[in-house]
Amino acid sequence: MPVAASAVYFLNLRGDVLINRLYRDDVGGNMVDAFRTHIMQTKELGTCPVRQIGGCSFFYMRISNVYIVIVVSTNANVACAFKFVVEAVALFKSYFGGAFDEDAIRNNFVLIYELLDEIMDFGYPQNLSAEILKLYITQEGVRSPFLSKPADKPVPNATLQVTGAVGWRREGLVYKKNEVFLDIVESVNLLMSSKGSVLRCDVTGKILMKCFLSGMPDLKLGLNDKLFNFFLNIFFNYGKTIELDDVTFHQCVNLTRFNSEKTVSFVPPDGEFELMKYRITEGVNLPFKVLPTIKELGRTRMEVNVKVKSTFIEKLFALGVVVKIPVPKQTAKTSFTVTSGRAKYNASIDSLVWKIRKFPGQTEATLSAEVELISTMTEKKSWTRPPIQMEFQVPMFTASGLRVRFLKVWEKSGYNTVEWVRYITKAGSYEIRC
Amino acid sequence: MSRNDSKYFSTTKKGEIPELKEELNSQYKDKRKDAVKKVIAAMTVGKDVSSLFTDVVNCMQTENLELKKLVYLYLINYAKSQPDLAILAVNTFVKDSQDPNPLIRALAVRTMGCIRVDKITEYLCDPLQRCLKDDDPYVRKTAAICVAKLYDINAELVEDRGFLDSLKDLISDNNPMVVANAVAALAEIQEHSSRPIFEITSHTLSKLLTALNECTEWGQVFILDALSRYKAADAREAENIVERVTPRLQHANCAVVLSAVKMILQQMELITSTDVVRNLCKKMAPPLVTLLSAEPEIQYVALRNINLIVQRRPTILAHEIKVFFCKYNDPIYVKMEKLEIMIKLASDRNIDQVLLEFKEYATEVDVDFVRKAVRAIGRCAIKLERAAERCISVLLELIKIKVNYVVQEAIIVIKDIFRRYPNTYESIIATLCESLDTLDEPEAKACMIWIIGEYAERIDNADELLESFLESFPEEPAQVQLQLLTATVKLFLKKPTEGPQQMIQVVLNNATMETDNPDLRDRAYIYWRLLSTDPEAAKDVVLAEKPVITDDSNQLDSSLLDELLVNIATLSSVYHKPPDAFVTRAHTSAQKAEDEEYPEGSETAYSESSSANPANGAVSTSASVAPPSPPPAVPVPDLLGDLMGMDNSLVPTDEPATPAGPPLPILLPASTGQGLQISAQLTRRDGQVFYSMLFENNTQVPLDGFMIQFNKNTFGLAAGGPLQVPQLQPGTSARTLLPMVMFQNMSQGPPNSLLQVAVKNNQQPVWYFNDKIPFHVFFTEDGKMERSAFLETWRSLPDSNEVSKDFPAIVIGSVDATLERLAASNVFFIAKRKNANQDVFYFSAKMPRGIPLLIELTTVVGSPGVKSAIKTPSPEMSAFLFEAIETLLKS
Repeated sequence: MPVAASAVYFLNLRGDVLINRLYRDDVGGNMVDAFRTHIMQTKELGTCPVRQIGGCSFFYMRISNVYIVIVVSTNANVACAFKFVVEAVALFKSYFGGAFDEDAIRNNFVLIYELLDEIMDFGYPQNLSAEILKLYITQEGVRSPFLSKPADKPVPNATLQVTGAVGWRREGLVYKKNEVFLDIVESVNLLMSSKGSVLRCDVTGKILMKCFLSGMPDLKLGLNDKLFNFFLNIFFNYGKTIELDDVTFHQCVNLTRFNSEKTVSFVPPDGEFELMKYRITEGVNLPFKVLPTIKELGRTRMEVNVKVKSTFIEKLFALGVVVKIPVPKQTAKTSFTVTSGRAKYNASIDSLVWKIRKFPGQTEATLSAEVELISTMTEKKSWTRPPIQMEFQVPMFTASGLRVRFLKVWEKSGYNTVEWVRYITKAGSYEIRC
Repeated sequence: MSRNDSKYFSTTKKGEIPELKEELNSQYKDKRKDAVKKVIAAMTVGKDVSSLFTDVVNCMQTENLELKKLVYLYLINYAKSQPDLAILAVNTFVKDSQDPNPLIRALAVRTMGCIRVDKITEYLCDPLQRCLKDDDPYVRKTAAICVAKLYDINAELVEDRGFLDSLKDLISDNNPMVVANAVAALAEIQEHSSRPIFEITSHTLSKLLTALNECTEWGQVFILDALSRYKAADAREAENIVERVTPRLQHANCAVVLSAVKMILQQMELITSTDVVRNLCKKMAPPLVTLLSAEPEIQYVALRNINLIVQRRPTILAHEIKVFFCKYNDPIYVKMEKLEIMIKLASDRNIDQVLLEFKEYATEVDVDFVRKAVRAIGRCAIKLERAAERCISVLLELIKIKVNYVVQEAIIVIKDIFRRYPNTYESIIATLCESLDTLDEPEAKACMIWIIGEYAERIDNADELLESFLESFPEEPAQVQLQLLTATVKLFLKKPTEGPQQMIQVVLNNATMETDNPDLRDRAYIYWRLLSTDPEAAKDVVLAEKPVITDDSNQLDSSLLDELLVNIATLSSVYHKPPDAFVTRAHTSAQKAEDEEYPEGSETAYSESSSANPANGAVSTSASVAPPSPPPAVPVPDLLGDLMGMDNSLVPTDEPATPAGPPLPILLPASTGQGLQISAQLTRRDGQVFYSMLFENNTQVPLDGFMIQFNKNTFGLAAGGPLQVPQLQPGTSARTLLPMVMFQNMSQGPPNSLLQVAVKNNQQPVWYFNDKIPFHVFFTEDGKMERSAFLETWRSLPDSNEVSKDFPAIVIGSVDATLERLAASNVFFIAKRKNANQDVFYFSAKMPRGIPLLIELTTVVGSPGVKSAIKTPSPEMSAFLFEAIETLLKS
């Protein structure tokens, strides 16, 4: 059964109900008490996001300082429920203009009630697209289209658009200048052993799009993926191709067509959205290599040497490079020498934090530090050595090698569009064991 | 631009309610709206504002949509507590449902459906009827869901007013969202109904698959979930379906992906071409892996499902083990699940890498995770014979770190490794003994003691080691005491020297005199008596060879797995339990209606049986029996029966003709089975074991889709084919012979003759009942022996294999009749001799796998008392054999 929820609760960290909505009466109104006593107030919190208490099951997620709890008593679709929460939060954020937290909920409770009524009916998720909902659920009730216009003339097509095949774009948009912005954002995830062998490495990328296009345009996107343009590569020798492991698309992309013709064609929503996500595991260009050597000299002293090398071309540079090197809890004193950037000891995360604002390609930087430890008798267990973690951003670089070949915009009025493409690679979980 | 609604939460001094009342009746619109907001705010924080009902409802007649919505929200919450006043709102609802604005029409219908007050429900019907045929798709899609709401409140009303037909019409609607909601509503109604309401034909199937392309993401989930119940006719159709569903794997919504995977896996069962299957497996892997980059909660759901998927199709993710390596910052519940899957995917090819990972995890901070990692190493050792040695060396390395809980966990798994590979790795015992004094957990202690006892002869100072534990014997937990007791006895039997002898005295004294634990005391007494009467026998018992244990990492039973795979993405797949194990409110209104027709008994019987469902589906889990899918009810004979006016007690055509025979024992009385009565007995016919069953339908509805499963049992009996029972019209019955196979799902543990059966049909909950296995059905037809062969067999078996038993109450009246009866059950007469005034008869029989059975019966014909002696290579069966003999002689 695809039912996702019988009731939805929004709780603050103390467990007070901020807002709740019962969609079905198979769960009692006081079920949230069970959640509070059996999960929130116990060590269970955070050990498992799906729990059964009595005849009911609870799914919960924490988002900033709010717990969103879904209660069901049937064999509900959990995947659907969690996805609903994620999407609903995105929707609320888009309405509140950014933040989603306890205050935002209190300040907008009327609006949230209204949205909750609209986006889920009897436990079945309905249209959650902010673009369409904003047509008839407005920020200020007073400015509701039904008041500004005579009652017998409802907002044109609102209901048709909610239910229509293109349920994410409204008609009749007009822009003076037709522009499309494409951002290719990649996160590199790396897990490297202390000996330097790559245990796991993948890139999860997404293509973010910002569209300011008039009318109902049809777009077609071409990438240098093998799948996408097999023929183009054969006939036009389009250069290097890469192989994506998996692609998922925004609901605007025609999946059947992608499957048969291998083209990404779509009618985009207006404004900003995530067009596609992809994953790649083969042939990843790691932007940084990290070579740590950590020596424990007796019980009270440690020597830390970390060398970081950038492997991308000289013309490019990385921004906001941070290397976090964990040290034992009983660290007393540290001293550093670094070839670039700045390092300091941060006791709250038990790490040496080394920051380099700008890191050019094909260079290397080293940190050597001496750490003095307080010798303790109680600490019998040896130090577990968490991995070194790294953060960075490399503009105009893709770890996957992905490139946009073309973006075609077709609209019946035949206007010209300007396309902008940017690339950036960030660190996902970039971990090196030491 | 955020608003500041929080002001509505601020409380005024006393007299809040009267103040609100006044504001609600204000002549100014804005003031009224603010007042309603305050009421809603109060409601949200749990204050009782039901006393304002009339005043709030008075604000309902408004042009302001926002205000209207708030009033409606209030109504949903309080209408139940004020049913009489709720009627006040009906007029507005009905009026709103005819509003020119489709949003208001939909809102009215949507809200009315949420108000579960009978009086309102009556008024809902007409507006709903109109809205189902509304011009605007938004109204229609809301009305579709509303039918499901109404069905939940009053199923009869929905059926009487023909809403189901209107709903079915909506499946052909030209708007995809209407279609999706109609499908969701129908699927839900079907789930609660005993009648076939929403049957997916190949025509609807193809229509819905087309609608998939245009639906919202959620609509796709509804449709895929509903379609996953569809059983394709053949491999070709299955391939077609799969082809149209696979594009969904690329969807960004995880629920769509999982529902698509569910559907593909279902259809794959039918696909025979290995190429196609391999190709599909290849296609499913990347989307499943992608789910692991979603939010941790979604990852958790995905991992629980992947756990099931790799059990059925290990190839899908065989090469992807790396993606399950734990990240340092993964939440603990994600890590634990990843570990579980890593064990499942571990193979000779990747074990080195996996071991490195496990070793890494074993040094992390979270104690539970570390323990699980250590245990995982052990499980890999048990699973992969060729890697066992490497696993053990990793465990030894970990022991050397001397982290207390790591050592203890390692010892626990090493004990299992010893039992898996006897006489292979005992050389490491010395290393284990080094960490003896760090053990402080009962399980680890017990395991270590077991190891010492088991290998006492190879440990030079075993007696010293055990002695060190003995000092604290009275304070130890029962688990440790029991092991200490057994280990000391083992030590004594292996090294019957002075030291152990003293120890055993101490232990036995302690365990018999100074304990309140009956288990410990009993075990001690048994050892004591064994040792004092016959030390050799004690050796045979205590030092007997243990069966080799096997890998349990693919623990789910195949029929349970089937059921769980049908439920991918749902709670059932997360809990790894069938839905009826945790959903209590199985049948709602439909059930209620049915119960009313059986005023007495049935209601209690129902609750009884549902509580009897084993919590984790113990009964239904086992058995690779009835394939879960094919509807056994063949419509053809049913039709014929009706046409020709025959009695409805049909015999399925492809079964051996069922003779009337003696009445079968009733195992599920109609009072327990809500009108369904099942009688059954195991019989043997033409060299095969059948389960002869009689189904009688005393309910008011036709029953169909019968399926049967057998729990694990001593003889491994399981169904040899699907249960062939046609649709049973009310008041009719059907007999069937279900062919049975043996040694399919053997249960562990002491042998017994219990046969647990689960029968289900499409209309009722699963019924569980117990039957007794009459052993004589296993006697094979070729059991007749020549005299000489008989004598030879008798002599060749040691005397210890002879067991005898008296049946003082049994009289053998007529020798001939008895012999005939026995021969009919494949117990063959060999010879007879006279011994004083007694007659001695010899019989032979053969059990499955060719095990001979020799029987000697001594009796005085015509007077009570039969002495029976049997001799067989497997005397552990004797209890059953005597039972069988007794039954045969009695009948």
